[in-house]
Amino acid sequence: MAVRLRVSLMLLFGLAGGIVTFYFIYHVNSAKSQEEDGRVRHSFKRSPGRETVNLQNLDSKPTPQNSKCTYHSCVDVFHCGYNDRTRISVYVYPVVEYIDENGSQASPVLSREFNEVLEAISDSPYYTNNPETACLFAPSFDVLNQNNVRTKALGKLYSLLQWWNDGANHLIFNMLPGELPNYKTTLEVDTGKAMIAGGGFSTWTYRRGFDVSIPVYNPFLENAYLQPKSNLESRKWLLVSAQVGLHSEYKEVMFEVAASEKRFLIMDKCTEGKNWDFKKRCQGTVEYTYPDILQDSKFCMVLRSAHLGHTALSDALRTGCIPVIVADGYVLPFSEVLDWKRAAVVIREENLKDVVEVLKSYSMERIYQMRRQARFFWENYFHSIKAITETTLQIINDRVFPYVAKKYEEWNEIPNPKAVWNPMFLPLIPPSSQGFTAVVLTFNRPESLFQVISKLSLVQSLSKIVVIWNNQAKPPPPMTAWPLIPKPLKIIQTQKNKLSNRFFPYHEIQTECILAIDDDITMLTSDELEFGYQVWREFPDRLVGFPSRVHLYGNESNKFKYESEWKNNISMVLTGAAFHHKYYSYLYTYNMPGHIRQWVDDNMNCEDIAMNFLISNVTGKGPIKVTPRKKFKCPECTNSEMLSSDTLHMVERSECVNNFVRAYRSMPLKGVEFRADPVLYKDDVPNVVKMYTEVGSL
Amino acid sequence: MQAKKRYLFVVILAVLLFIVYFGSKSDRKHGEVTLSLQKREFPTYLESEAVDLSSPRRRRESVTSDFKSGKCRMDTCFDFSRCVRGFKVYVYPVLERVSESYSKIISTIQESKYYTTNPDEACIFILSIDTLDRDILSVNYAKNIMPKIAHLGALWNNGRNHIVFNLFSGTWPDYSEVLDFDTGEAIMARASISESRFRPNFDISLPLVGSTLPPKGGERGYMYTSINNIPPLRHYLLGFKGKRYLTGVGSETRNSLYHMHNGDDIVLLTTCRHGKFWQKKAKELNDTRCDIDNREFDRYDYKKLLYNATFCLVPRGRRLGSFRFLEALQAGCIPVLLSNGWELPFGEVIDWKKAAVWADERLLFQVPSIVHGLSQPEIFAMRQQTQFLWEAYFSSMDKIINTVLEIVKDRVKSYFSRNSVHWNNFPGALSLLPEYSDVLHTYPSFYRQFAYKSDNQFTAVVYATSPVLLSSAPLFRLIRTVAKSTFVQKIVVIWNCDTPPPPSYQWPADLGIPILVKTKILRSVSARFYPYEEIETDAVFNLDEDSLLTTDELNFSFKVWKEFPERIVGYPARNHYWDEAKNAWSYTSKWLNEYSMVLTSGAIYNRYYNFLYFNTLRPAAYHIVERLQNCEDILMNFIVSDVTKLPPIKVTHRKVSKETMLPGKAVTDPNYYQTRFKQRQGCVASLTEIFGYMPLVRSRSRMDPVLWKDSVSNLRKKYRQLEVI
Repeated sequence: MAVRLRVSLMLLFGLAGGIVTFYFIYHVNSAKSQEEDGRVRHSFKRSPGRETVNLQNLDSKPTPQNSKCTYHSCVDVFHCGYNDRTRISVYVYPVVEYIDENGSQASPVLSREFNEVLEAISDSPYYTNNPETACLFAPSFDVLNQNNVRTKALGKLYSLLQWWNDGANHLIFNMLPGELPNYKTTLEVDTGKAMIAGGGFSTWTYRRGFDVSIPVYNPFLENAYLQPKSNLESRKWLLVSAQVGLHSEYKEVMFEVAASEKRFLIMDKCTEGKNWDFKKRCQGTVEYTYPDILQDSKFCMVLRSAHLGHTALSDALRTGCIPVIVADGYVLPFSEVLDWKRAAVVIREENLKDVVEVLKSYSMERIYQMRRQARFFWENYFHSIKAITETTLQIINDRVFPYVAKKYEEWNEIPNPKAVWNPMFLPLIPPSSQGFTAVVLTFNRPESLFQVISKLSLVQSLSKIVVIWNNQAKPPPPMTAWPLIPKPLKIIQTQKNKLSNRFFPYHEIQTECILAIDDDITMLTSDELEFGYQVWREFPDRLVGFPSRVHLYGNESNKFKYESEWKNNISMVLTGAAFHHKYYSYLYTYNMPGHIRQWVDDNMNCEDIAMNFLISNVTGKGPIKVTPRKKFKCPECTNSEMLSSDTLHMVERSECVNNFVRAYRSMPLKGVEFRADPVLYKDDVPNVVKMYTEVGSL
Repeated sequence: MQAKKRYLFVVILAVLLFIVYFGSKSDRKHGEVTLSLQKREFPTYLESEAVDLSSPRRRRESVTSDFKSGKCRMDTCFDFSRCVRGFKVYVYPVLERVSESYSKIISTIQESKYYTTNPDEACIFILSIDTLDRDILSVNYAKNIMPKIAHLGALWNNGRNHIVFNLFSGTWPDYSEVLDFDTGEAIMARASISESRFRPNFDISLPLVGSTLPPKGGERGYMYTSINNIPPLRHYLLGFKGKRYLTGVGSETRNSLYHMHNGDDIVLLTTCRHGKFWQKKAKELNDTRCDIDNREFDRYDYKKLLYNATFCLVPRGRRLGSFRFLEALQAGCIPVLLSNGWELPFGEVIDWKKAAVWADERLLFQVPSIVHGLSQPEIFAMRQQTQFLWEAYFSSMDKIINTVLEIVKDRVKSYFSRNSVHWNNFPGALSLLPEYSDVLHTYPSFYRQFAYKSDNQFTAVVYATSPVLLSSAPLFRLIRTVAKSTFVQKIVVIWNCDTPPPPSYQWPADLGIPILVKTKILRSVSARFYPYEEIETDAVFNLDEDSLLTTDELNFSFKVWKEFPERIVGYPARNHYWDEAKNAWSYTSKWLNEYSMVLTSGAIYNRYYNFLYFNTLRPAAYHIVERLQNCEDILMNFIVSDVTKLPPIKVTHRKVSKETMLPGKAVTDPNYYQTRFKQRQGCVASLTEIFGYMPLVRSRSRMDPVLWKDSVSNLRKKYRQLEVI
């Protein structure tokens, strides 16, 4: 027995000794590694420190929140450019528990959510562990809920922070400000010049462009599972109110409204007392599950309660239930960047009685859109503490570096692969005085090239001819051999025989309009070319040209087919003779998706199809064929797809189309059934009246 | 036994050490993340619902009384109940002389569709007392306005529901933003307003405008007459030319610009010359740069610099706003703002990030690297945005004032208000009436942006003015022709005739589509554009009863319209021309190589334009049509081109679309048609005056079917009826 005891004791001692030894070694080591770093590494992520302060005798004088702060007056920007002038850096103070002279805790108790805030910051690209180069400082005192804070003590503790500097460049997260009975709408702690990321600001306490208005996160639904629901599913209720503890004045009005609207459901908690079940709501004796019930309603009431901000807003967004916000003066979360008109209805408290009337005026289509927008906001900016924190930092980052800031669309637009964003969105009609630059790609056909040049030079609006000499083996003929023309002629010798050279945005091209033309297109008349240019001026964002093609979809093969037969519709204009804006040459060279350019150069084919895809994809518009001209074959042309017998060529071209469809993940080409002719074409008027007479031959 | 125990002991110890070691190792592996903190149970920050004890009504009352003057918001300083019956604006008192700029403001409001002469139905009040310039040293300073405001009487009501316009406040030396009269609860529409004085969603920030700004129309954006190319760079990267003040409010920024001036791609010019005693002052201040600065200043022409710079610096002057801002916008020179705390013009609705670069006065020397950092496509887009914003909201006084009114109206009627997309995309909020629809994609200009596929049908609206006597009447023939189209959804007949329409059994039957005869209509030529609820399709085909169009022509023009949903597409084309003799724009129906109008007796267009026709912001234009009972089609072309800035589209070569005579239409007076034609010529001139500019744009192309009149077999062609016309 005694032996056993001894053994156990020995065992215990040994164990304790081992642990102590081990910890000793471990700590010494880690201390060493800190010293090796050359500076003390500060991190909130270490076990909390503990310090005692004598709050009574503290001689620091905290300054109250400065209500006049603006970004320019209270944020010191000189420390914000250390990174790369596009990103701020945020330092987080180590977590320290302060004990006052009476032995009670002076600093607030850390909550799960605030811990997540701090983690989100440190996991974000903005985090820095070096306070010397930080732009922003996040104190690690948890003030998410003012109720959990000794406000007076905390003001003093803030001023103890090493880099406090009256709060300048400090960011404080607070979701529930104020306390009984009046619930002020901003944190009542002496924070000086610190920025507040606060839930429930009113328009009078919110310092625009300085504070950030954030949502009030709902921890009770953290793990709630919701049945996935389609946006287009019909919903039983028009409006539900599921908040608890609402003031009786609101309730009275709501009951009055609900009396004449059966689809308005008003619920409250099911049992009185402290420990009621958050996931249950009742209307009389009928019990509903929360938040599932919100999924059955088009609109959800978000009424003001004690605080201006309420978790009901987040819950509504999450369930795709369009929030109806009735809280006068409330600064909506992230309203600096989010367009709430697209996701919520805001009603003035006075007009609460008209709520049903207002909601009924929304079209079904609008409701679907708002529902999607609400879900979009939830998924991107609201769904977790991490998302809320990151959004807050992004907003501040956008203020510090406005020139790289996200634009309105990036914040609010739900990405839609089918939507187009035309880079030439302004309906400009380029002045005809500019003229166009003819870009002729040539390899080894000087005779026909010279013929093309001579013909081109007669076109009134031609401003310059640029010849792209794609033959590296043979230099271009001497200048004396070239035709003498009254317009500037420039020859560019390329480094490599690539088809894409024809779309390179050479700086020799100074006009907006480029006529891409093959060196064998000799049949076009000056009238046709001049008219083509005038049509392009009216449609400068489209491809405007002469040879047209169409794509067809083979239902059996499930593939697209390239077609050169004369059809009643067209979807492509070949760049053997077509006008386009120089911007598209830029896009072709630098911005074409899916390595198409490489593919074109490798296969020496289909650069024209690629251009059609590119333009239709960014504009959502079809090309424009000008004049009836359809035959482009000339006796000396060898490479002509006009020979319909050349089936191999057609197979290759079809292959290109299908290839590009894969690269774009859709078919951007658009078919049209018209062509552009001169206004008086084939009209029974004398030719003298007509501006373009040499038009009409096939 | 003993050995066994010892053995056991060692093993246990080893295992324990092992556990402890790896426990701490994993601590380290996560680096700093797995803190011992995480192992603690954290409470949640939100324990229970706080109970609202204070009465909302009482809270509202106390808010309304507490937040006045400097803290005004729409909720506390605006009486919404005045606006229940509509958004009307009343101007008072009837008054004497005002400055030129202010009289432009007043006349814009008087021409607005919101204007009323009855103060009882007014929602908004505007003073005809000139409050624009409150700089006491300025020539335009209106004296003694305080007593005038004091004598306004009950309507003033401490400024409630008033908009007070102001461009300049304060004077040398401190340029205070405080006005020298009490504006009470009035909404201030002010230039150069600072973030801290601005009452958000209540005040409106105005641009600083010169007295040369025209009342209507306005200068076109420079890009419309120049080049929009890539690379989007102009000769100079960054330019500025302006005064500097040596000392005092706001002088530091301009005084240090010379550091960045390199005379090459960055040209920033300042002069000390202003006021009489600048030389003396420069000497006093020991400012030795003045001579060098002045010399450089004189070397460059301001306009040349403005139009040849990619970016234009807009540094604050004495006040936060600067004339340079609008000048740069017009020139397509992307503004680089150096005016900390300035509330940008109409910043409540305009997303300036898309058109301007914000720099920080404190980080002045970062400006070159900021503008260097923008990519070519970014500059390309921003420059277009400057032009859009300039022409949509700033180029003339009526645009600025209408923008102010629409911002306030959107606040008042917030359920049917515009969102940021309306405001920041072409054609802009003044052309997009929020009452039309609450979904964006239904506006024709947004079809592509929101990937909306307009429906594949149109509604034919037939305008009938003559009695129908025979079943072979042109109207019935037209109805049969239209009904044959595969795309028609419904025919709406606008019966604008003194005799009642024939009984329903006489109408063509078995057409497969509904025919709706509207007899209770507006008795006016405008009735053909009335936005009837029964028109459910995006496309409206407007036809005269005697139209000769064939089914193929209807079908083809519908197909063309699908590609140009924002334009008028149709057959009868007309042109406008400058009449030297009359010194005015005029109208011609000659067959020319160009056209700028397509008449609505045979044209297809988006139904939004019907709505716009009856709710236009220019009621005077509508009144001309009503008075003459003529020119409704010309006005429609003006309205559409004013929105799109583009010509209409003429399809195929048909020009005459009517039969010559109809029973009941026989007009005995030979001068009748000539008078009508003269009226139409006059219309073009007077509409141009009302619009403030000539919105019509000419086109030289018309759209024909791809194989039209080609020498191939007709069997291969889709629109064969078109071949024989």
